[in-house]
Amino acid sequence: MDFRLSDDQRAVQTAMRELLAAHFPREKLRQVVDAGEQDQGFDRALWHELGKAGFFSLRLPEKDGGAGLGLPEAVLLFEEAGRALLAGPLVATHLAAGVVPGAAEGTAVVTALDRPGMVGHLAAADAVLLLDGPAPRILRTGGEEALKVLAARPVRSVDPATPLHHIERLSPLPGATPLSDAGDAARLRREAALLTAAEQLGSALRTLEMAVRHVKNRSQFGRPIGAFQAVQHLCARMLVRTELARSSVYAASPAITVSDTWAAKVLSDEAAVRNARDCLQLHGGTGFTWEAEVHLHLKRAWLRLEHWQTPADGEEALAAALLDGSENCSTEIANHPNGAT
Amino acid sequence: MDLQPTAEEEEFRQGLRAWLAATLPHLPPKPAPADWPARRAYDCDWQRALYDAGYAGLHWPVDAGGRGATPAQHLIFLEETELAGAPYVGANFVGLLHAGPTIAAEGTAAQRARWLPPILRGEEVWCQGFSEPEAGSDLASLRTRAVRDGDDYVVTGTKIWTSHAEVADWCELLARTGPAGSGHRGISWIAMPMDAPGVTVRPLRTLAGSTEFAELFLDDVRIPAGHRVGAENDGWRVTMVTLAFERGTAFAGEIVACRRTLVQLARTARENGRWDDAVLRRRLGRLNAVFTALWRLVQWNTSEAQASLIAGGSGLPGIGGSVFKLRYSQARQELYDAAAEILGPHSLDAGRLWTAERLSSLAYTIAAGTSQIQQNIIAERILGLPRGR
Repeated sequence: MDFRLSDDQRAVQTAMRELLAAHFPREKLRQVVDAGEQDQGFDRALWHELGKAGFFSLRLPEKDGGAGLGLPEAVLLFEEAGRALLAGPLVATHLAAGVVPGAAEGTAVVTALDRPGMVGHLAAADAVLLLDGPAPRILRTGGEEALKVLAARPVRSVDPATPLHHIERLSPLPGATPLSDAGDAARLRREAALLTAAEQLGSALRTLEMAVRHVKNRSQFGRPIGAFQAVQHLCARMLVRTELARSSVYAASPAITVSDTWAAKVLSDEAAVRNARDCLQLHGGTGFTWEAEVHLHLKRAWLRLEHWQTPADGEEALAAALLDGSENCSTEIANHPNGAT
Repeated sequence: MDLQPTAEEEEFRQGLRAWLAATLPHLPPKPAPADWPARRAYDCDWQRALYDAGYAGLHWPVDAGGRGATPAQHLIFLEETELAGAPYVGANFVGLLHAGPTIAAEGTAAQRARWLPPILRGEEVWCQGFSEPEAGSDLASLRTRAVRDGDDYVVTGTKIWTSHAEVADWCELLARTGPAGSGHRGISWIAMPMDAPGVTVRPLRTLAGSTEFAELFLDDVRIPAGHRVGAENDGWRVTMVTLAFERGTAFAGEIVACRRTLVQLARTARENGRWDDAVLRRRLGRLNAVFTALWRLVQWNTSEAQASLIAGGSGLPGIGGSVFKLRYSQARQELYDAAAEILGPHSLDAGRLWTAERLSSLAYTIAAGTSQIQQNIIAERILGLPRGR
């Protein structure tokens, strides 16, 4: 057992951070936010850059143009994406790589749904991955056509960088075709939950960093506010939440067991949302402004929390697992002759 | 991110599992909780059994008589013994997890030869004389004085919260050898025989009704100066070695136990109908997430410790132990609060195991560094915030 990141994994993480610093700096984030405000188009050039960098094809075999890497590496990429507040249907397009033409290269934009409700980037999408049943389906159409087929109603999104549509029901969709070579939908939903959890983790790490930097610099009563225990303890609890989320997200990625994934999503949702709120609180009045970055983290965290296993879903599933005895504990315990009794 | 055991780790696990399966059925029944001499005997017999099987001082260095096991193997030991329902370390906690490792790291050859083997064989029990009535979280302000008189120290003062004091042979004592007000720079670490004249033990009753710990009154207790481990006035640094253990690895087995309790809580709730309450179910589901993640955090800290060992470092759990300790102590209280909700009115029956555990869980956010002190440590040492007020 060596739970730490390998040197190769560290390199993947660093490369992604550098790529995003170059292609998605803070000014770009503000542009996306402003464009979203004005209901302007999707940044396909950036999407293509991500494709070229292997963001979507990471887990495809090398013979298919991928990097042949696994979920642990994908988790690190999504953690960085969450840290940078990278916009777009990242999880859906990543899952569609190798299945939907153009997804791997970032020339196609794929969004996804696992139940009726809110879906992001629908108007910009070229295809919609449907993971509501046991077998995945694909709606190979996007834009106006998809909006019509799905009877999607635009809403004013709480997250200015993620346009949302509401879909009342996923009635039988004649246009949707089965995706035979994409594996079963349950596995894809689990992967989607884990990658979303990784984004939440990245966001939680980022808001913790922002909070710590701010309380070291901001002075009141003649000293940095970070010297006051009330502030220190808030920051310490942010770190504890983040470390708990990190342990569970990283543990779920090599194993992708059901309960580890549920735990990862539940705890990283909590870390992202609560850290953003604490970060906002620590920034005082500035934290409540549009200019500050923190509200963007909070809003995106709220959005991710509603996708791919809500806290209610996760908690109910984790509760049920206590009774079925199958995966309620670590594999070590499940395999023990005494079991979990 | 490799959570798979190595072949060596798996072999260790299987060997231990087989030994536990062969050994545990022959253990005598557990003694009554209030019978401390019997508990000491039981704990020491168990330690002797571990010693005979080669599992004593697993994480201690080989030259200290230990097995020199890796942190990962130590974690497997804690996990497997808990899963198998083996006895806890009990009265040998301080000897094996605090005093012993301190002597192994800082003691002279003669000190190691005198004190370490009896700890490993379960022959001598140690207790801890750190806290004082006026020195709790601010341990460095301790006032118990050790005055040099020829070849002896003469020690006077009061210690408090000393577990197993009534049955201990030795006390790892922190005493002031420097001038008053010298803070952490004027403290020495001294091994005090508990039968020395002038040592008075007054048991303290906990809110759970038991006598888990005691107050020590020290009146002109003469201790040979050769019982000091490390240099005079260097005891604070010497002690920090042990505190890392207390916060890091010591609770790992308890996570396994808590997860088992959580399963029992769910089953009980289903039987008595509380399971129909979605709020309670979700609360148990979230606790499942937290304890799952705490176990992963233990594995993370273990890997960090292992890497530090390989790199020539201490192999001790680092300040990540504070993160774990802070969240675990809270989670344990949440667990038994949930248990009380499931028990309903029966939670008022102090004879119920979960009620007793609920009461004892209240110590977790206080002992071994309060949650507030842990948050100070995290803020200052991990996040690098300015020293607080």
